[in-house]
Amino acid sequence: MQELIINILFGVIILMAAGLLLWGCRGKSGMMKKQKKTLGRILLATVYLLVLQLLPEWVYDAADALMPGAGYWMRLLLYLADYLIIGYDILIKAFKGIKNRQIFDESFLMAIATVGAIALALYGKSGDYTEAIAVMLFYQIGEWFQGYAVGKSRRNISELMDIRPDYANIERDGKLERVDPDAVAIGSTILVQPGEKVPIDGVVIEGVSSLNTAALTGESLPRDIQAGDAITSGCINMTGLLKIRTTKEFGESTVSKILDLVENASSRKSKSENFISKFARVYTPAVCIAALALALLPPLVRMLALGMPASWNIWIYRALTFLVISCPCALVISIPLSFFAGIGGASKEGVLVKGSNYLETLSQTKIVVFDKTGTLTQGVFEVNGIHHNAMENEKLLGLAALVESSSSHPISKSLQRAYGKEIDRSRVTDIQELGGKGIVAKVDGLSVAAGNDKLMDLLGIPYIRCHSVGTIIHMAIDGKYAGHIVISDVLKPRAKEAMTALKATGIQKTIMLTGDADNVAQQVAKELGIDQVYSQLLPADKVEKVEALLHSKPEKAKLAFVGDGINDAPVLRRADIGIAMGAMGSDAAIEAADVVLMDDDPMKIAKAIRISRKCLRIVYQNIVFAIGVKLVCLLLGALGIANMWLAIFADVGVMVIAVLNAIRALFVKNL
Amino acid sequence: MKKTYAIEVDCANCANKMEAAAQKTPGVKDATVNFMALKMHVDFEEGQDPKSVMQQVRANCKKVEDDCEIYI
Repeated sequence: MQELIINILFGVIILMAAGLLLWGCRGKSGMMKKQKKTLGRILLATVYLLVLQLLPEWVYDAADALMPGAGYWMRLLLYLADYLIIGYDILIKAFKGIKNRQIFDESFLMAIATVGAIALALYGKSGDYTEAIAVMLFYQIGEWFQGYAVGKSRRNISELMDIRPDYANIERDGKLERVDPDAVAIGSTILVQPGEKVPIDGVVIEGVSSLNTAALTGESLPRDIQAGDAITSGCINMTGLLKIRTTKEFGESTVSKILDLVENASSRKSKSENFISKFARVYTPAVCIAALALALLPPLVRMLALGMPASWNIWIYRALTFLVISCPCALVISIPLSFFAGIGGASKEGVLVKGSNYLETLSQTKIVVFDKTGTLTQGVFEVNGIHHNAMENEKLLGLAALVESSSSHPISKSLQRAYGKEIDRSRVTDIQELGGKGIVAKVDGLSVAAGNDKLMDLLGIPYIRCHSVGTIIHMAIDGKYAGHIVISDVLKPRAKEAMTALKATGIQKTIMLTGDADNVAQQVAKELGIDQVYSQLLPADKVEKVEALLHSKPEKAKLAFVGDGINDAPVLRRADIGIAMGAMGSDAAIEAADVVLMDDDPMKIAKAIRISRKCLRIVYQNIVFAIGVKLVCLLLGALGIANMWLAIFADVGVMVIAVLNAIRALFVKNL
Repeated sequence: MKKTYAIEVDCANCANKMEAAAQKTPGVKDATVNFMALKMHVDFEEGQDPKSVMQQVRANCKKVEDDCEIYI
């Protein structure tokens, strides 16, 4: 029965190896030459072994009949040849290991285990060499699978981040010329045709088009762009020809920075990774020592103390089983692979995580602190209402825009934007700017005053206070009150949803910090459902506040700070984990933050946390599963229940399952 | 001074061994091996010549894992 199962197993391996080899030869599989060679060896060795298995007993008997003892040697040589086909490189590596005094080298341990098994078979005259060959065979299959999976995910992730531009188009003598983006100086003019990637950051000087920013932000909606707009490298130009004046060198451009960041992300190792490498350093020697003890102690005790036969062969066999289990590779590979896949999957969604350690911290986040302006709100001021006006909205707004036309204050800008028409500055005369109060000017001969309460007090004009939250601009025409305009910052469309999503992921507390007035802050917090608000903070106060919060929270609950990254750099650094939002193109944010959200969407915060949780869940599953199975096998091996077959199956099986599980971290689209 | 080198190695545990070997090399303040990106980041001690230190790092890595390469 056991023979039959083993033979069927070999048959399956032959079919799979042959299929993979055929597929590998088609070229698109991405298999390396070395992998194809190993696959070929696995196929050859298995076919050979199956033939040997099926060879009827009378062949050896016939050899024995010709010459006594010949059958025994013939069997040994036939099997030994197969052993060498599948294991010669391991034996060579083991030999080199001995030369370099690396006794815990896994090739060396595998070699001892298999050579030992053959020696036991010789000594016991059982002629069962299949076991040693099978151990070698499955070990090679495991190594092959691991190499292939790692290579494949490496390629997958670099394809995900396939934003590296290969060239830039420069117009020279009326002809387009492709040059290395590295060779393009700041201030040069480059052309980007439809379908090409924007190679360098710059400003559009000619052309109208839509951009596909999916590779950077994960956002699938195209973004419209026209002359005068800033353009970020890494986007794909979709519809029209664009002429761009570069504002940065290639090395300083967004695309280079992002690639650099993602490629180096997994170098910052997480606690789990450090734990596993330390564990591996102890595990292998410990199991080897245990194997040695198992081989020596029980037989000696039996012989000397109990007066029983020593049965060396049983205990040596069990010790050899230990050596097969001592290889830590399944454990060691699956953890960095999980983090690598998690970081890759996140970057596909427009969430850049700067290191495995940050992914780990992110998953433990319990408190999220927000900056208000630019993070939860758009950071652009808009006219939100016009009240108590004596004339049509349009006309009042027009007057306000005219009066403020010479000012570059954000408020003036938003008035002009809200008016939306060309401003004829020649209509405005006698402009008087009263710092901190407002502006008085003459428009078409009419005296117009636009400003805050203080300006109205100064002019002695009675005004109506406003109940709305925001900046109020009172208007007076010819000394008569003409109503007021409310200007306020607008909430991001998905900010409220984002807060609900955060609560749903188990965030315990949301806190908002702002430099704004208290009533503005309170209103925003209420609207979004934020738990705690600290208002009227100077930038330095924000750092202090975050430090105080860090002190008062429990050790295990991590605190994340989310800011727009432009003026929040010190706070981003101070928090357990700093998340910069809308950072596409902002160098300061990419430098200071640990996690960078490429687009402006606050929903991505909850998503980033869910991605990190999934990744860490996979990491813990793999750790527990791999260590658990190894320990069970060691126990069963010591008791003699598990033989070498089971040991190698457990080893390779755990690795395959752990690697497949690790790759799951890549799929984060629907989180 | 920090530098990054491309490496070639087959298994994750071997990468960890290389990391340990590199860290123990004189002149190296700290070293990390990123198995997934196949890169080695080395932080050299003050006044060390990276080229000669890296020769030693490569020799030490070859000792623990014969089948590896560091592109200096």
